[in-house]
Amino acid sequence: MRLRIDPERCQGHARCFALAPDLFDIDDYGQSSVHSDGVVPADREDAARLAIANCPEFAIEALED
Amino acid sequence: MRRTEPVTDWETDFEVLDAGYVEDPFGIWDELRASCPVATTERRGRAWLPTRYADVTAIAHDTTTFSSSDVAVVTIEQDEDEDILPYGLPPITSDPPLHTWTRRLLLPWFSHRRVESYETLTREICGSLIKEFFDAGRADAAIDYAQQIPVRVISHILAVPDEMSDAFTGWVRDSLEFADDPERRRRGNYGIGEFLWSKVQERKEHPGDDLISDLLQSRHDGEPLEDSIILGMAMLTLIAGVDTTWSAIGASLWHLATHDDDRDRLVADPSLMATAVEEFLRAYSPVTMARLVTTDTEVAGCPMRAGDKVLMSFPAANRDPAVFDRASEVVLDRAANRHVAFGSGIHRCAGSNLARMELRVAIEEWLRRIPSFHLEPESSVTWAGGQVRGPRSIPVVLR
Repeated sequence: MRLRIDPERCQGHARCFALAPDLFDIDDYGQSSVHSDGVVPADREDAARLAIANCPEFAIEALED
Repeated sequence: MRRTEPVTDWETDFEVLDAGYVEDPFGIWDELRASCPVATTERRGRAWLPTRYADVTAIAHDTTTFSSSDVAVVTIEQDEDEDILPYGLPPITSDPPLHTWTRRLLLPWFSHRRVESYETLTREICGSLIKEFFDAGRADAAIDYAQQIPVRVISHILAVPDEMSDAFTGWVRDSLEFADDPERRRRGNYGIGEFLWSKVQERKEHPGDDLISDLLQSRHDGEPLEDSIILGMAMLTLIAGVDTTWSAIGASLWHLATHDDDRDRLVADPSLMATAVEEFLRAYSPVTMARLVTTDTEVAGCPMRAGDKVLMSFPAANRDPAVFDRASEVVLDRAANRHVAFGSGIHRCAGSNLARMELRVAIEEWLRRIPSFHLEPESSVTWAGGQVRGPRSIPVVLR
């Protein structure tokens, strides 16, 4: 699984970072980005799905391999 | 409790200050969503109340049609602030472009990284508050605890003494909770305004590493900020950061005092805390913000005219069964939770990281020392509503 964040949609709610801090980076203005290249370790796919299902702006999407 | 004219028809004559609505709005929202999802009223000017998640978030994203130039839920006839605050309280009362650059100056003060640095202080505040009442075996979870926490953290960010806490709390309540009383509202706004104006002038001479000093040193398009903009931003930080978060902390503790199963579950499994905090925010969202209609438009078949108000009931949106399974229940491990307690779109609460941290730490520290507690028998919990809904008194027995 690989995650992608749409920077136009992200409004800095930081819900993804609060729920899965190892999968996302966040800057001082709240903008989230995927950690490293967005590839989710197999044992963190549930956390990734949790982050997706908690984004109020529908800014995160999963690209299944 | 203030008196309002009784409501006989919530679809066409809603009243957000109605005592029954303040105490228990959930059933009213459910009925409106099913029958008339955008309610209206002519009280204090014409206003609309969308109750569905889809409508509330769509309006929040259309900042052209729905301006933030008047976010007050209780519309005030006279605008006594105009002279000292020509720009309002940026960025919350601003539309782009003023919104964009003022928000950018504010956000780093509430970034994830910065908020982490306030966590130890928050934990200490919580611990010392509990110490005050622990031995007595009873407390008011709203007055003795929830109300005391955010104001002290904000005081730290503004670098003003803790001793101002009670004055700040009183002023913020006057400004928001009693906004329909012109006298109290004026007293609150002037109290906050005059105090922070003196701090702005003081920090020009003696800069520190606080928010006001930082804004005084900031530049926009190469120019220093006008004092009135700095004052507005500092006032916003105080007004928006106090009884919002205190209401969320209080409502969460009220829930845990009245739901033994959830309380025991959270004590037994602290790994639930991350989702539980979001669930409390969803189920008991405190904040409703208004928008001003700029051009005639239509939402869900309702004809809105320029000049009408829209009350953005994020709390009602967060109870929408079309979006949330078992929407009326608190589910501590709720997995899908796109709640909009902090708003939606470009006005997402700038202090949301701080609020979330304060709520989590306040619950953690309470449950660590007080794993079991319940409402004081025969005493009553009181709620405030309007712009911010939350419990104002929660007498509890610590057992």
